[in-house]
Amino acid sequence: MRVRVDGQEKSALPGQTVAGVLLAGGRVSWRTTRNGDRPRGVFCGIGVCFDCLVVVNGVPDVRACQRVVADGDEIRTQLGAELPGSAS
Amino acid sequence: MNRVVVVGAGPAGMAAARAAAATGVEVVLVDSAQGLGGQYHRRAPESLGGNEIPPIPGVRHLAATTVWALEPVPGGHRLHLRTGPADAPGRQATVLDTAALVLATGAYDRALPFPGWDLPGVFTAGAAQALAKGQKVAVGSRVLLAGTGPFLLPVAESLIGVGARVLGVLEANIPVGGWLRDPLALLAGRAKAAELARYVTMLARHRVPFRPRTTVIAAHGTDRVTEVTTARLTADWRVRPGSERRVPVDAVCVGFGFTPQLELAVAAGCRLAGEFVEVNEAQATSVAGVFAAGEITGIGGADLSEAEGVLAGLAAARLLGGQGETPRRAIAAVRAGRRFAAALDRAHPVRAGWQSWLAEDTLICRCEEVDYGALCRAVRDRDAIGVRSLKLVSRVGLGACQGRTCGRNAADLVGGLDPAGLARRPIAAPVRLGELATTPVHPNERDTS
Ligand SMILES: Cc1cc2nc3c(=O)[nH]c(=O)nc-3n(C[C@H](O)[C@@H](O)[C@H](O)COP(=O)(O)OP(=O)(O)OC[C@H]3O[C@@H](n4cnc5c(N)ncnc54)[C@H](O)[C@@H]3O)c2cc1C
Ligand code: FES
Repeated sequence: MRVRVDGQEKSALPGQTVAGVLLAGGRVSWRTTRNGDRPRGVFCGIGVCFDCLVVVNGVPDVRACQRVVADGDEIRTQLGAELPGSAS
Repeated sequence: MNRVVVVGAGPAGMAAARAAAATGVEVVLVDSAQGLGGQYHRRAPESLGGNEIPPIPGVRHLAATTVWALEPVPGGHRLHLRTGPADAPGRQATVLDTAALVLATGAYDRALPFPGWDLPGVFTAGAAQALAKGQKVAVGSRVLLAGTGPFLLPVAESLIGVGARVLGVLEANIPVGGWLRDPLALLAGRAKAAELARYVTMLARHRVPFRPRTTVIAAHGTDRVTEVTTARLTADWRVRPGSERRVPVDAVCVGFGFTPQLELAVAAGCRLAGEFVEVNEAQATSVAGVFAAGEITGIGGADLSEAEGVLAGLAAARLLGGQGETPRRAIAAVRAGRRFAAALDRAHPVRAGWQSWLAEDTLICRCEEVDYGALCRAVRDRDAIGVRSLKLVSRVGLGACQGRTCGRNAADLVGGLDPAGLARRPIAAPVRLGELATTPVHPNERDTS
Protein backbone atom coordinates (compact mmCIF):
# COMPACT_ATOMS: atom_id res chain seq x y z
CA MET A 1 0.00 0.00 0.00
CA ARG A 2 1.07 3.59 -0.61
CA VAL A 3 0.21 6.58 1.51
CA ARG A 4 1.44 10.18 1.41
CA VAL A 5 2.86 11.82 4.53
CA ASP A 6 3.17 15.60 4.23
CA GLY A 7 3.35 15.20 0.49
CA GLN A 8 5.94 12.41 0.49
CA GLU A 9 5.04 8.99 -0.75
CA LYS A 10 5.56 6.18 1.80
CA SER A 11 4.81 2.48 1.75
CA ALA A 12 2.56 1.01 4.41
CA LEU A 13 1.26 -2.41 5.36
CA PRO A 14 -2.32 -3.45 5.98
CA GLY A 15 -3.13 -3.16 9.67
CA GLN A 16 -0.53 -0.50 10.38
CA THR A 17 -1.87 2.54 12.21
CA VAL A 18 -0.98 6.06 11.13
CA ALA A 19 1.16 6.32 14.28
CA GLY A 20 2.81 2.99 13.43
CA VAL A 21 3.74 4.27 9.96
CA LEU A 22 4.99 7.63 11.25
CA LEU A 23 7.03 6.22 14.16
CA ALA A 24 8.52 3.49 11.98
CA GLY A 25 9.60 6.29 9.64
CA GLY A 26 11.39 8.05 12.49
CA ARG A 27 8.84 10.81 13.20
CA VAL A 28 7.95 11.50 16.85
CA SER A 29 5.68 14.51 16.39
CA TRP A 30 3.07 15.49 13.82
CA ARG A 31 0.94 18.11 15.46
CA THR A 32 1.35 21.50 17.13
CA THR A 33 -0.73 22.67 20.06
CA ARG A 34 -3.31 25.42 19.77
CA ASN A 35 -1.97 27.78 22.42
CA GLY A 36 1.71 27.09 22.84
CA ASP A 37 2.48 25.91 19.28
CA ARG A 38 4.32 22.97 20.83
CA PRO A 39 5.01 19.70 18.98
CA ARG A 40 3.12 16.56 20.00
CA GLY A 41 2.97 12.94 18.91
CA VAL A 42 1.91 9.70 20.60
CA PHE A 43 1.51 9.77 24.36
CA CYS A 44 -0.96 7.10 25.57
CA GLY A 45 -0.94 4.96 22.42
CA ILE A 46 -4.48 3.66 22.98
CA GLY A 47 -6.85 6.44 22.01
CA VAL A 48 -7.28 8.08 25.41
CA CYS A 49 -5.18 11.26 25.43
CA PHE A 50 -5.82 12.89 22.01
CA ASP A 51 -2.21 14.07 21.74
CA CYS A 52 -1.53 12.22 18.48
CA LEU A 53 -4.03 14.15 16.32
CA VAL A 54 -3.26 14.34 12.61
CA VAL A 55 -5.04 15.31 9.38
CA VAL A 56 -6.12 12.35 7.24
CA ASN A 57 -7.68 12.95 3.83
CA GLY A 58 -8.40 16.55 4.77
CA VAL A 59 -10.11 15.67 8.04
CA PRO A 60 -8.36 17.01 11.17
CA ASP A 61 -8.42 15.59 14.71
CA VAL A 62 -7.88 11.97 13.70
CA ARG A 63 -6.12 9.96 16.41
CA ALA A 64 -3.05 8.55 14.68
CA CYS A 65 -2.72 5.72 17.21
CA GLN A 66 -6.26 4.48 16.46
CA ARG A 67 -6.59 5.03 12.72
CA VAL A 68 -5.60 2.12 10.54
CA VAL A 69 -4.17 3.31 7.22
CA ALA A 70 -5.93 2.68 3.93
CA ASP A 71 -4.26 2.61 0.54
CA GLY A 72 -3.90 6.13 -0.83
CA ASP A 73 -4.41 7.93 2.49
CA GLU A 74 -3.22 11.52 2.50
CA ILE A 75 -1.70 12.17 5.94
CA ARG A 76 -0.40 15.52 7.08
CA THR A 77 0.77 17.46 10.11
CA GLN A 78 -1.97 19.21 12.08
CA LEU A 79 -1.15 22.81 12.92
CA GLY A 80 -2.95 24.18 15.97
CA ALA A 81 -6.73 23.99 15.80
CA GLU A 82 -7.79 23.16 12.26
CA LEU A 83 -11.28 23.28 10.91
CA PRO A 84 -12.47 20.43 8.72
CA GLY A 85 -11.57 21.17 5.13
CA SER A 86 -9.13 24.00 5.95
CA ALA A 87 -6.30 24.35 3.47
CA SER A 88 -2.88 22.90 4.16
CA MET B 1 -33.37 -6.61 23.99
CA ASN B 2 -33.11 -10.33 24.68
CA ARG B 3 -29.37 -10.64 24.28
CA VAL B 4 -26.18 -10.21 26.26
CA VAL B 5 -24.09 -7.30 25.03
CA VAL B 6 -20.47 -7.12 26.15
CA VAL B 7 -18.52 -3.89 25.68
CA GLY B 8 -14.76 -4.44 25.51
CA ALA B 9 -13.00 -7.45 24.01
CA GLY B 10 -10.06 -7.66 26.40
CA PRO B 11 -9.47 -10.64 28.71
CA ALA B 12 -12.58 -9.78 30.75
CA GLY B 13 -14.94 -9.12 27.84
CA MET B 14 -13.85 -12.14 25.81
CA ALA B 15 -14.31 -14.44 28.80
CA ALA B 16 -17.72 -12.91 29.51
CA ALA B 17 -18.84 -13.37 25.91
CA ARG B 18 -17.58 -16.96 25.82
CA ALA B 19 -19.23 -17.88 29.13
CA ALA B 20 -22.54 -16.29 28.13
CA ALA B 21 -22.54 -17.92 24.68
CA ALA B 22 -21.89 -21.32 26.23
CA THR B 23 -25.33 -21.13 27.86
CA GLY B 24 -26.96 -20.71 24.46
CA VAL B 25 -28.15 -17.09 24.70
CA GLU B 26 -27.50 -14.54 21.95
CA VAL B 27 -24.24 -12.62 22.56
CA VAL B 28 -22.85 -9.51 20.90
CA LEU B 29 -19.29 -8.36 21.70
CA VAL B 30 -18.42 -4.77 20.82
CA ASP B 31 -14.93 -3.26 20.67
CA SER B 32 -13.49 -0.19 19.01
CA ALA B 33 -10.38 -2.13 17.98
CA GLN B 34 -10.11 -4.16 14.78
CA GLY B 35 -9.41 -7.44 16.52
CA LEU B 36 -10.20 -9.26 19.72
CA GLY B 37 -7.81 -9.17 22.66
CA GLY B 38 -7.90 -5.78 24.35
CA GLN B 39 -4.63 -4.60 25.87
CA TYR B 40 -3.19 -7.83 27.22
CA HIS B 41 -3.80 -10.00 24.16
CA ARG B 42 -2.98 -7.31 21.63
CA ARG B 43 -1.71 -8.82 18.36
CA ALA B 44 0.17 -7.34 15.45
CA PRO B 45 -1.54 -7.53 12.05
CA GLU B 46 -0.62 -10.44 9.78
CA SER B 47 1.41 -8.13 7.53
CA LEU B 48 3.74 -7.55 10.49
CA GLY B 49 3.99 -11.20 11.43
CA GLY B 50 1.13 -11.34 13.91
CA ASN B 51 -1.79 -13.76 14.02
CA GLU B 52 -5.33 -12.82 14.79
CA ILE B 53 -7.25 -14.23 17.75
CA PRO B 54 -9.85 -16.64 16.32
CA PRO B 55 -13.54 -15.74 16.63
CA ILE B 56 -15.43 -16.94 19.71
CA PRO B 57 -18.05 -19.57 18.80
CA GLY B 58 -21.61 -18.30 19.17
CA VAL B 59 -20.55 -14.68 19.60
CA ARG B 60 -21.26 -11.90 17.12
CA HIS B 61 -18.23 -9.60 17.23
CA LEU B 62 -18.75 -6.01 16.13
CA ALA B 63 -15.18 -4.90 15.33
CA ALA B 64 -14.08 -1.29 14.82
CA THR B 65 -17.23 -0.31 16.68
CA THR B 66 -17.27 2.29 19.41
CA VAL B 67 -19.99 2.72 22.00
CA TRP B 68 -20.22 6.49 22.22
CA ALA B 69 -23.31 6.83 24.41
CA LEU B 70 -25.56 4.73 26.58
CA GLU B 71 -29.07 5.43 27.87
CA PRO B 72 -31.62 3.57 29.96
CA VAL B 73 -34.72 2.34 28.11
CA PRO B 74 -37.62 0.34 29.55
CA GLY B 75 -36.31 -3.13 30.38
CA GLY B 76 -32.63 -2.40 29.79
CA HIS B 77 -30.16 -0.11 28.09
CA ARG B 78 -29.64 1.27 24.62
CA LEU B 79 -26.12 1.58 23.26
CA HIS B 80 -25.29 4.05 20.50
CA LEU B 81 -22.63 2.66 18.19
CA ARG B 82 -20.41 3.91 15.37
CA THR B 83 -18.67 1.48 13.10
CA GLY B 84 -15.82 2.35 10.79
CA PRO B 85 -12.30 3.79 10.64
CA ALA B 86 -11.36 5.66 13.83
CA ASP B 87 -12.41 9.31 13.82
CA ALA B 88 -13.50 9.18 10.19
CA PRO B 89 -16.59 11.11 9.17
CA GLY B 90 -19.59 9.11 8.08
CA ARG B 91 -19.13 5.99 10.19
CA GLN B 92 -22.19 3.80 10.32
CA ALA B 93 -24.52 4.64 13.21
CA THR B 94 -26.54 1.92 14.87
CA VAL B 95 -28.24 1.28 18.18
CA LEU B 96 -28.29 -1.92 20.17
CA ASP B 97 -30.68 -2.64 23.04
CA THR B 98 -29.92 -5.12 25.77
CA ALA B 99 -31.41 -6.34 29.02
CA ALA B 100 -28.07 -7.82 30.11
CA LEU B 101 -25.10 -5.55 29.62
CA VAL B 102 -21.53 -6.45 30.58
CA LEU B 103 -19.09 -3.54 30.76
CA ALA B 104 -15.45 -4.58 30.35
CA THR B 105 -13.88 -1.36 29.15
CA GLY B 106 -10.54 -1.79 30.92
CA ALA B 107 -8.10 0.82 32.11
CA TYR B 108 -5.36 3.10 30.86
CA ASP B 109 -2.00 4.16 32.27
CA ARG B 110 -1.78 6.88 34.84
CA ALA B 111 1.05 9.28 34.06
CA LEU B 112 2.26 11.81 36.62
CA PRO B 113 3.26 15.22 35.34
CA PHE B 114 6.87 16.40 35.61
CA PRO B 115 8.76 19.19 33.83
CA GLY B 116 9.09 18.27 30.16
CA TRP B 117 6.54 15.43 30.17
CA ASP B 118 4.78 17.08 27.25
CA LEU B 119 7.81 16.70 24.95
CA PRO B 120 7.50 14.24 22.07
CA GLY B 121 9.43 11.12 23.03
CA VAL B 122 7.77 10.94 26.45
CA PHE B 123 5.25 8.09 26.31
CA THR B 124 3.16 6.13 28.73
CA ALA B 125 4.46 2.63 29.39
CA GLY B 126 1.23 1.33 27.83
CA ALA B 127 1.93 3.24 24.63
CA ALA B 128 5.34 1.60 24.33
CA GLN B 129 3.69 -1.77 24.96
CA ALA B 130 0.85 -1.25 22.50
CA LEU B 131 3.21 -0.04 19.77
CA ALA B 132 5.68 -2.88 20.35
CA LYS B 133 3.04 -5.59 20.48
CA GLY B 134 0.57 -4.20 17.97
CA GLN B 135 2.78 -2.38 15.48
CA LYS B 136 6.20 -4.00 16.03
CA VAL B 137 7.74 -0.59 16.44
CA ALA B 138 10.03 0.62 19.23
CA VAL B 139 9.27 4.07 20.62
CA GLY B 140 13.01 4.80 20.72
CA SER B 141 16.42 3.21 20.57
CA ARG B 142 17.67 4.33 24.01
CA VAL B 143 14.70 4.05 26.32
CA LEU B 144 14.28 4.56 30.05
CA LEU B 145 11.23 3.17 31.89
CA ALA B 146 9.98 4.81 35.07
CA GLY B 147 6.98 4.57 37.33
CA THR B 148 5.65 2.03 39.75
CA GLY B 149 4.23 -1.46 39.54
CA PRO B 150 5.08 -4.76 37.87
CA PHE B 151 3.70 -3.63 34.49
CA LEU B 152 7.03 -1.91 33.72
CA LEU B 153 8.65 -5.35 33.41
CA PRO B 154 6.66 -6.77 30.45
CA VAL B 155 7.10 -3.40 28.76
CA ALA B 156 10.87 -3.69 29.14
CA GLU B 157 10.70 -7.17 27.63
CA SER B 158 8.60 -6.03 24.66
CA LEU B 159 10.88 -3.07 23.98
CA ILE B 160 13.93 -5.34 23.94
CA GLY B 161 11.97 -7.64 21.64
CA VAL B 162 11.56 -4.91 19.04
CA GLY B 163 15.21 -3.90 19.22
CA ALA B 164 15.29 -1.02 21.69
CA ARG B 165 18.03 -0.69 24.25
CA VAL B 166 16.40 -0.38 27.67
CA LEU B 167 18.69 1.76 29.82
CA GLY B 168 16.93 0.95 33.06
CA VAL B 169 13.69 0.26 34.88
CA LEU B 170 13.15 2.85 37.61
CA GLU B 171 10.65 1.77 40.27
CA ALA B 172 9.61 4.60 42.57
CA ASN B 173 8.59 2.24 45.37
CA ILE B 174 10.47 -0.66 46.97
CA PRO B 175 8.58 -3.74 45.74
CA VAL B 176 10.53 -6.26 47.75
CA GLY B 177 9.49 -4.66 50.99
CA GLY B 178 5.85 -4.88 49.97
CA TRP B 179 4.07 -7.85 48.47
CA LEU B 180 6.94 -10.28 48.88
CA ARG B 181 6.50 -10.00 52.63
CA ASP B 182 2.83 -11.01 52.56
CA PRO B 183 2.95 -14.83 52.44
CA LEU B 184 -0.77 -15.25 51.85
CA ALA B 185 -0.73 -12.90 48.91
CA LEU B 186 2.32 -14.61 47.57
CA LEU B 187 0.59 -17.93 47.76
CA ALA B 188 -2.47 -16.48 46.06
CA GLY B 189 -0.29 -15.11 43.30
CA ARG B 190 1.94 -18.11 42.69
CA ALA B 191 1.65 -17.87 38.91
CA LYS B 192 2.19 -14.12 38.98
CA ALA B 193 5.22 -14.47 41.23
CA ALA B 194 6.73 -16.98 38.79
CA GLU B 195 6.07 -14.54 35.96
CA LEU B 196 7.80 -11.76 37.90
CA ALA B 197 10.78 -14.01 38.58
CA ARG B 198 11.05 -14.65 34.84
CA TYR B 199 11.18 -10.90 34.16
CA VAL B 200 13.92 -10.43 36.73
CA THR B 201 16.00 -13.07 34.93
CA MET B 202 15.27 -11.38 31.62
CA LEU B 203 16.44 -7.99 32.92
CA ALA B 204 19.65 -9.55 34.23
CA ARG B 205 20.33 -11.32 30.95
CA HIS B 206 20.01 -8.05 29.03
CA ARG B 207 21.92 -6.15 31.72
CA VAL B 208 19.02 -3.81 32.34
CA PRO B 209 19.46 -2.17 35.74
CA PHE B 210 16.40 -2.18 38.03
CA ARG B 211 16.53 0.76 40.43
CA PRO B 212 14.09 1.02 43.32
CA ARG B 213 13.16 4.38 44.87
CA THR B 214 14.29 6.14 41.72
CA THR B 215 12.39 7.95 39.00
CA VAL B 216 12.50 10.44 36.15
CA ILE B 217 11.80 13.94 37.49
CA ALA B 218 12.36 15.95 34.29
CA ALA B 219 12.67 15.52 30.53
CA HIS B 220 14.80 17.87 28.47
CA GLY B 221 14.93 18.83 24.79
CA THR B 222 13.55 21.46 22.44
CA ASP B 223 11.32 19.62 19.99
CA ARG B 224 11.73 16.15 21.44
CA VAL B 225 13.25 14.52 24.47
CA THR B 226 17.03 14.16 24.30
CA GLU B 227 17.86 13.80 28.00
CA VAL B 228 16.12 13.14 31.27
CA THR B 229 16.97 13.86 34.90
CA THR B 230 16.65 10.87 37.19
CA ALA B 231 16.71 11.10 40.97
CA ARG B 232 16.60 8.92 44.03
CA LEU B 233 13.46 9.38 46.10
CA THR B 234 12.65 9.47 49.78
CA ALA B 235 9.95 7.13 51.09
CA ASP B 236 7.44 9.90 50.35
CA TRP B 237 8.81 10.41 46.78
CA ARG B 238 10.59 13.67 47.40
CA VAL B 239 13.87 14.06 45.57
CA ARG B 240 16.97 13.16 47.56
CA PRO B 241 19.13 16.26 47.13
CA GLY B 242 22.31 15.59 45.19
CA SER B 243 21.01 12.34 43.65
CA GLU B 244 20.00 13.93 40.33
CA ARG B 245 21.65 12.51 37.20
CA ARG B 246 21.33 13.48 33.54
CA VAL B 247 20.84 10.55 31.15
CA PRO B 248 20.77 10.88 27.35
CA VAL B 249 17.73 9.06 25.91
CA ASP B 250 15.54 9.27 22.83
CA ALA B 251 12.45 8.01 24.63
CA VAL B 252 11.16 7.72 28.17
CA CYS B 253 8.09 5.72 29.19
CA VAL B 254 6.21 6.36 32.41
CA GLY B 255 3.47 4.42 34.16
CA PHE B 256 2.19 4.94 37.69
CA GLY B 257 -0.57 2.37 37.76
CA PHE B 258 -3.84 2.49 35.85
CA THR B 259 -7.04 4.50 35.77
CA PRO B 260 -10.31 2.70 34.98
CA GLN B 261 -12.19 3.63 31.78
CA LEU B 262 -15.39 4.55 33.60
CA GLU B 263 -17.52 6.69 31.33
CA LEU B 264 -20.03 4.04 30.26
CA ALA B 265 -20.40 2.72 33.82
CA VAL B 266 -20.92 6.25 35.09
CA ALA B 267 -23.40 6.97 32.28
CA ALA B 268 -25.33 3.86 33.33
CA GLY B 269 -25.42 5.18 36.88
CA CYS B 270 -23.34 2.37 38.40
CA ARG B 271 -22.25 3.07 41.95
CA LEU B 272 -18.50 3.40 42.42
CA ALA B 273 -16.37 2.02 45.24
CA GLY B 274 -13.58 4.55 45.45
CA GLU B 275 -12.23 4.89 41.95
CA PHE B 276 -13.72 1.66 40.58
CA VAL B 277 -17.11 0.20 39.66
CA GLU B 278 -18.67 -1.52 42.66
CA VAL B 279 -19.72 -5.13 41.98
CA ASN B 280 -21.09 -8.01 44.06
CA GLU B 281 -19.84 -11.61 43.98
CA ALA B 282 -21.64 -12.19 40.65
CA GLN B 283 -20.04 -9.05 39.15
CA ALA B 284 -23.42 -7.28 39.17
CA THR B 285 -23.26 -3.50 39.53
CA SER B 286 -25.73 -1.40 41.51
CA VAL B 287 -27.83 -1.00 38.33
CA ALA B 288 -30.18 -3.85 37.40
CA GLY B 289 -29.10 -5.60 34.21
CA VAL B 290 -25.60 -4.11 34.20
CA PHE B 291 -22.52 -6.20 35.07
CA ALA B 292 -18.87 -5.17 35.14
CA ALA B 293 -15.65 -7.16 34.88
CA GLY B 294 -11.94 -6.62 34.48
CA GLU B 295 -9.96 -3.56 35.34
CA ILE B 296 -12.89 -1.16 35.58
CA THR B 297 -13.64 -2.99 38.86
CA GLY B 298 -10.04 -2.91 40.15
CA ILE B 299 -6.53 -3.32 38.79
CA GLY B 300 -5.40 -6.91 39.03
CA GLY B 301 -4.01 -8.13 35.72
CA ALA B 302 -5.28 -10.26 32.89
CA ASP B 303 -5.93 -13.51 34.81
CA LEU B 304 -8.16 -11.81 37.34
CA SER B 305 -9.93 -9.88 34.57
CA GLU B 306 -10.62 -13.11 32.73
CA ALA B 307 -11.98 -14.89 35.82
CA GLU B 308 -14.25 -11.93 36.58
CA GLY B 309 -15.40 -12.02 32.97
CA VAL B 310 -16.52 -15.64 33.32
CA LEU B 311 -18.66 -14.73 36.34
CA ALA B 312 -20.12 -11.62 34.71
CA GLY B 313 -20.94 -13.40 31.45
CA LEU B 314 -22.66 -16.22 33.23
CA ALA B 315 -24.64 -13.92 35.51
CA ALA B 316 -25.76 -11.83 32.52
CA ALA B 317 -26.81 -14.97 30.61
CA ARG B 318 -28.75 -16.29 33.60
CA LEU B 319 -30.74 -13.08 33.65
CA LEU B 320 -31.99 -14.07 30.17
CA GLY B 321 -32.70 -17.66 31.16
CA GLY B 322 -29.35 -19.16 30.16
CA GLN B 323 -28.24 -22.15 32.23
CA GLY B 324 -24.69 -22.92 33.22
CA GLU B 325 -22.82 -24.71 35.95
CA THR B 326 -21.42 -22.76 38.88
CA PRO B 327 -17.95 -21.69 37.70
CA ARG B 328 -16.02 -22.89 40.74
CA ARG B 329 -12.60 -22.37 39.19
CA ALA B 330 -13.37 -18.79 38.23
CA ILE B 331 -14.75 -18.07 41.70
CA ALA B 332 -11.54 -19.36 43.29
CA ALA B 333 -9.42 -17.48 40.76
CA VAL B 334 -11.23 -14.22 41.51
CA ARG B 335 -10.68 -14.69 45.24
CA ALA B 336 -6.97 -15.42 44.86
CA GLY B 337 -6.48 -12.74 42.21
CA ARG B 338 -8.03 -10.03 44.35
CA ARG B 339 -5.84 -10.93 47.28
CA PHE B 340 -2.71 -10.68 45.14
CA ALA B 341 -3.97 -7.46 43.55
CA ALA B 342 -4.52 -5.90 46.97
CA ALA B 343 -0.98 -6.77 48.02
CA LEU B 344 0.46 -5.33 44.81
CA ASP B 345 -1.62 -2.22 45.28
CA ARG B 346 -0.26 -1.76 48.80
CA ALA B 347 3.29 -2.12 47.50
CA HIS B 348 2.88 0.33 44.61
CA PRO B 349 0.95 3.39 45.77
CA VAL B 350 1.41 6.81 44.22
CA ARG B 351 2.95 8.87 47.01
CA ALA B 352 2.31 12.55 47.54
CA GLY B 353 5.92 13.65 47.04
CA TRP B 354 5.40 13.62 43.24
CA GLN B 355 3.81 17.02 43.62
CA SER B 356 7.22 18.43 44.56
CA TRP B 357 8.60 17.52 41.09
CA LEU B 358 6.39 20.16 39.47
CA ALA B 359 7.54 23.60 38.36
CA GLU B 360 5.24 26.61 37.89
CA ASP B 361 5.16 26.06 34.14
CA THR B 362 4.74 22.25 34.18
CA LEU B 363 1.58 21.40 32.27
CA ILE B 364 -1.08 19.63 34.30
CA CYS B 365 -3.70 19.53 31.52
CA ARG B 366 -1.88 18.66 28.29
CA CYS B 367 -4.88 19.36 26.04
CA GLU B 368 -5.69 22.86 27.19
CA GLU B 369 -2.08 23.58 28.19
CA VAL B 370 -2.95 24.58 31.76
CA ASP B 371 0.17 24.69 33.89
CA TYR B 372 0.64 24.08 37.60
CA GLY B 373 0.87 27.80 38.35
CA ALA B 374 -2.44 28.50 36.61
CA LEU B 375 -4.15 25.64 38.43
CA CYS B 376 -2.90 26.91 41.80
CA ARG B 377 -4.05 30.44 40.98
CA ALA B 378 -7.49 29.20 39.96
CA VAL B 379 -7.88 27.39 43.25
CA ARG B 380 -6.46 30.20 45.39
CA ASP B 381 -8.12 33.17 43.77
CA ARG B 382 -11.49 31.81 42.88
CA ASP B 383 -12.13 29.07 45.34
CA ALA B 384 -12.66 26.79 42.38
CA ILE B 385 -13.26 23.66 44.39
CA GLY B 386 -15.60 21.15 42.82
CA VAL B 387 -15.13 19.57 39.45
CA ARG B 388 -17.35 21.86 37.42
CA SER B 389 -16.10 25.14 38.74
CA LEU B 390 -12.48 23.99 38.67
CA LYS B 391 -12.86 23.09 35.00
CA LEU B 392 -14.58 26.33 34.11
CA VAL B 393 -12.13 28.54 35.92
CA SER B 394 -8.87 26.89 34.93
CA ARG B 395 -9.96 24.93 31.83
CA VAL B 396 -8.30 21.83 33.35
CA GLY B 397 -10.02 18.78 31.90
CA LEU B 398 -11.98 20.69 29.27
CA GLY B 399 -9.80 19.59 26.37
CA ALA B 400 -10.10 16.85 23.82
CA CYS B 401 -9.42 14.02 26.27
CA GLN B 402 -12.11 15.31 28.65
CA GLY B 403 -9.82 15.02 31.66
CA ARG B 404 -8.87 11.38 31.22
CA THR B 405 -5.17 12.22 31.43
CA CYS B 406 -5.18 15.06 33.95
CA GLY B 407 -8.28 14.34 36.06
CA ARG B 408 -6.69 12.12 38.67
CA ASN B 409 -3.65 14.34 39.01
CA ALA B 410 -5.71 17.53 39.25
CA ALA B 411 -7.85 15.83 41.90
CA ASP B 412 -4.75 14.95 43.93
CA LEU B 413 -3.33 18.45 43.58
CA VAL B 414 -6.56 20.19 44.52
CA GLY B 415 -7.89 17.60 46.97
CA GLY B 416 -11.44 16.57 47.64
CA LEU B 417 -12.69 16.03 44.08
CA ASP B 418 -15.08 13.16 43.42
CA PRO B 419 -13.88 10.49 40.94
CA ALA B 420 -17.38 9.99 39.52
CA GLY B 421 -17.54 13.69 38.76
CA LEU B 422 -14.25 13.42 36.91
CA ALA B 423 -15.47 10.49 34.81
CA ARG B 424 -18.81 12.07 33.88
CA ARG B 425 -18.57 12.39 30.13
CA PRO B 426 -21.90 12.40 28.28
CA ILE B 427 -20.07 11.35 25.14
CA ALA B 428 -17.98 8.30 26.00
CA ALA B 429 -15.98 8.31 22.80
CA PRO B 430 -15.46 11.02 20.19
CA VAL B 431 -18.05 11.54 17.50
CA ARG B 432 -17.59 14.20 14.86
CA LEU B 433 -19.93 17.16 15.01
CA GLY B 434 -21.23 16.35 11.53
CA GLU B 435 -22.01 12.83 12.70
CA LEU B 436 -23.96 14.09 15.71
CA ALA B 437 -26.05 16.34 13.52
CA THR B 438 -27.04 13.39 11.38
CA THR B 439 -27.51 10.57 13.83
CA PRO B 440 -29.28 8.04 11.68
CA VAL B 441 -30.45 4.77 13.08
CA HIS B 442 -29.77 1.71 11.04
CA PRO B 443 -33.04 -0.22 11.02
CA ASN B 444 -31.45 -3.69 10.97
CA GLU B 445 -29.82 -3.13 14.29
CA ARG B 446 -32.79 -1.49 15.88
CA ASP B 447 -34.24 -3.88 18.34
CA THR B 448 -37.64 -3.06 19.69
CA SER B 449 -38.49 -6.54 20.87
C1 LIG C 1 -1.84 0.15 26.78
C2 LIG C 1 -1.87 -0.99 27.76
C3 LIG C 1 -1.14 -2.14 27.49
C4 LIG C 1 -1.16 -3.20 28.39
N1 LIG C 1 -0.39 -4.31 28.11
C5 LIG C 1 -0.31 -5.30 29.04
C6 LIG C 1 0.58 -6.40 28.84
O1 LIG C 1 1.22 -6.50 27.80
N2 LIG C 1 0.70 -7.32 29.82
C7 LIG C 1 -0.02 -7.22 30.97
O2 LIG C 1 0.11 -8.08 31.84
N3 LIG C 1 -0.89 -6.21 31.17
C8 LIG C 1 -1.04 -5.24 30.25
N4 LIG C 1 -1.87 -4.17 30.49
C9 LIG C 1 -2.68 -4.16 31.69
C10 LIG C 1 -4.10 -4.50 31.26
O3 LIG C 1 -4.91 -3.52 31.80
C11 LIG C 1 -4.47 -5.96 31.49
O4 LIG C 1 -4.43 -6.27 32.84
C12 LIG C 1 -5.79 -6.42 30.85
O5 LIG C 1 -5.75 -6.18 29.46
C13 LIG C 1 -7.06 -5.85 31.45
O6 LIG C 1 -8.16 -6.51 30.87
P1 LIG C 1 -9.61 -5.88 30.66
O7 LIG C 1 -10.39 -6.93 29.95
O8 LIG C 1 -10.12 -5.37 31.94
O9 LIG C 1 -9.46 -4.60 29.73
P2 LIG C 1 -8.65 -4.26 28.31
O10 LIG C 1 -7.77 -5.37 27.98
O11 LIG C 1 -8.15 -2.94 28.58
O12 LIG C 1 -9.85 -4.23 27.28
C14 LIG C 1 -10.82 -3.22 27.25
C15 LIG C 1 -11.36 -3.11 25.84
O13 LIG C 1 -12.51 -2.28 25.86
C16 LIG C 1 -12.57 -1.55 24.67
N5 LIG C 1 -13.40 -0.37 24.91
C17 LIG C 1 -13.30 0.52 25.93
N6 LIG C 1 -14.24 1.47 25.82
C18 LIG C 1 -14.95 1.18 24.71
C19 LIG C 1 -16.06 1.80 24.06
N7 LIG C 1 -16.63 2.92 24.55
N8 LIG C 1 -16.52 1.25 22.91
C20 LIG C 1 -15.97 0.12 22.40
N9 LIG C 1 -14.91 -0.51 22.98
C21 LIG C 1 -14.42 0.01 24.11
C22 LIG C 1 -11.12 -1.24 24.37
O14 LIG C 1 -10.94 -1.02 22.98
C23 LIG C 1 -10.40 -2.49 24.85
O15 LIG C 1 -10.14 -3.40 23.81
C24 LIG C 1 -1.91 -3.11 29.59
C25 LIG C 1 -2.65 -1.96 29.83
C26 LIG C 1 -2.65 -0.90 28.94
C27 LIG C 1 -3.44 0.33 29.24
S1 FES D 1 -1.61 8.67 21.65
FE1 FES D 1 -3.20 9.09 23.05
S2 FES D 1 -4.89 9.17 21.70
FE2 FES D 1 -3.33 8.56 20.38
